[in-house]
Amino acid sequence: MGMAAPESLLICEHCDTVYQRRPLVRGEVARCARCMAELERHQGLSVNAMLALVLTAMIVFVQANMWPIVTLGLNGQFSGTTLWGMIITMWQQQAQVVSVLAAFTLFFFPLVKMLTLGWLLWFGRQGRRAPGFVPLMVALHRLGPWTMSEVFVLGALVAIVKAHNYFDVVADPGIYAYAALTLLITIFAGVDLRQLWDHTAERPA
Amino acid sequence: MNSLPRAAELGLISCHTCGLTCRDTGGDDMACPRCGSALHRRKPDSYMRAWALLIAGFLLYIPANVLPIMRTASLNDIDDNTIISGVVELWVKGSPDLAVIVFTASIVVPMLKFLSLSVLLVTSQRGSGWARVQRAKIYRLVEFIGYWSMLDVFVVALLTALVRFGLLSLVEPLPGVIFFGLTVVLTMLASMSFDPRLIWDGRDTDD
Repeated sequence: MGMAAPESLLICEHCDTVYQRRPLVRGEVARCARCMAELERHQGLSVNAMLALVLTAMIVFVQANMWPIVTLGLNGQFSGTTLWGMIITMWQQQAQVVSVLAAFTLFFFPLVKMLTLGWLLWFGRQGRRAPGFVPLMVALHRLGPWTMSEVFVLGALVAIVKAHNYFDVVADPGIYAYAALTLLITIFAGVDLRQLWDHTAERPA
Repeated sequence: MNSLPRAAELGLISCHTCGLTCRDTGGDDMACPRCGSALHRRKPDSYMRAWALLIAGFLLYIPANVLPIMRTASLNDIDDNTIISGVVELWVKGSPDLAVIVFTASIVVPMLKFLSLSVLLVTSQRGSGWARVQRAKIYRLVEFIGYWSMLDVFVVALLTALVRFGLLSLVEPLPGVIFFGLTVVLTMLASMSFDPRLIWDGRDTDD
C-alpha cells in the first residue's frame, strides 16, 4: 500500500481513514467503514451537462433578481419587492447587518459561484484548465455553505403565509424563478466539484 | 479495526481544500502540491476556535430570543414579535405545519448545535471512545442543516420590504433579528472550525 500513487488513494475527510480508490458504478456511493461518512459518489453528470445546468441557473438567477417576488395589497394599495428592494430596505431600517448578510448569501456568493463554475466548466469541456484554475477552485471550496437561496425560498413561503392573514397576496414571477433555482441547486448538491481536478490536464490553457 | 489504516499511520495527509493525498514530510509549513493550500494534519486550533465561536454564538442567542425581532404597526396597534411569539402566531393563525418548520429552524437547530458541538468538543478533548459513529453522524447533521436557521432572518427582511403601507400598516426589523443573524453565522463558523477527525483521535478503543 505504501507504494501506491497518491491519486489512487482516498482519505475520509471525516476520520482520516485511508482507502484504495475504486471505480464506482452508476448511482453507487462509497462510504467510510469507520465513520460511515460519504467518501465519494458516482458522478453521473458530464462536464457538458454541468455547464448546461450552470447556464440555466444563471438565466434563472437573473430573473429571480430582477422580477418582483411577492406583491401585497391593502385597500387598493399595492406594495411589492425584489431581492435588492429587500436588501436596501433592511439597510435603511437600521438592520445593516441583515442587509449585508442577505446581499452576500443571496446575491454576491451565488453569483460568484455560478460565474466561477461557468468559467471553469467552459474550459473543462475541452479538457483544459481555465486561466486562474487553481485559485478559483480554492475560492469555490471556501464559498462552501455560504449561499442560501434555498433558505430564502422557504422564508418567502413563510412570509407569504404570515402576510396572507392581513393582506391580499399575489405571488410574482420572481418567486417561481427562485423555486426553479432551488431545484437546480438541489440537482447540483450531489456533484463533487473536486472531480474537476482530475478531469482537466495539468497544463494551463 | 486495525484493517482500516489512518492517514497519520501511513505518513499521509489529506489536503483539506482539494482532497489530494499528500505525503507528510513533517514540516510546519507544508503546502499542497496541487492547490497550494497549507497542509494540516488537523484543522489548526480546532478546539480553541470552535469553543470561542460557539460561546460567542450562545451569548448572542440570548438577546436574539429575549428581544423582539420584528414590529408590526398599524393605525391603532403596535405589536412586537419575538422568535417564539412569531411561531405561536403561525400556529394559532392556522399554519401549524409552517410553525413547526420555523420552530425547528429557529429554536431546535440552534439548540441542537450548542448542545451537540459542546458534547463533541468535551468528549473529543477527553479522547473519549464513547459512541464515536453516532457522534460523527451528529456532526455531519449539524453541518448539513446549520444554515437553514437563517430562515427567520429572511422572513423578517422580506416582510419589512413588503409591508410598506404608511400609517395603515408597517413592519420594521428590531434588534433581535440582528443578534439572531449573527448567532447563525457564529455557529456555522464554530461547526466549520471543529475537526471531526478529532472524534477518532483519542485512545484507540473504537468498537
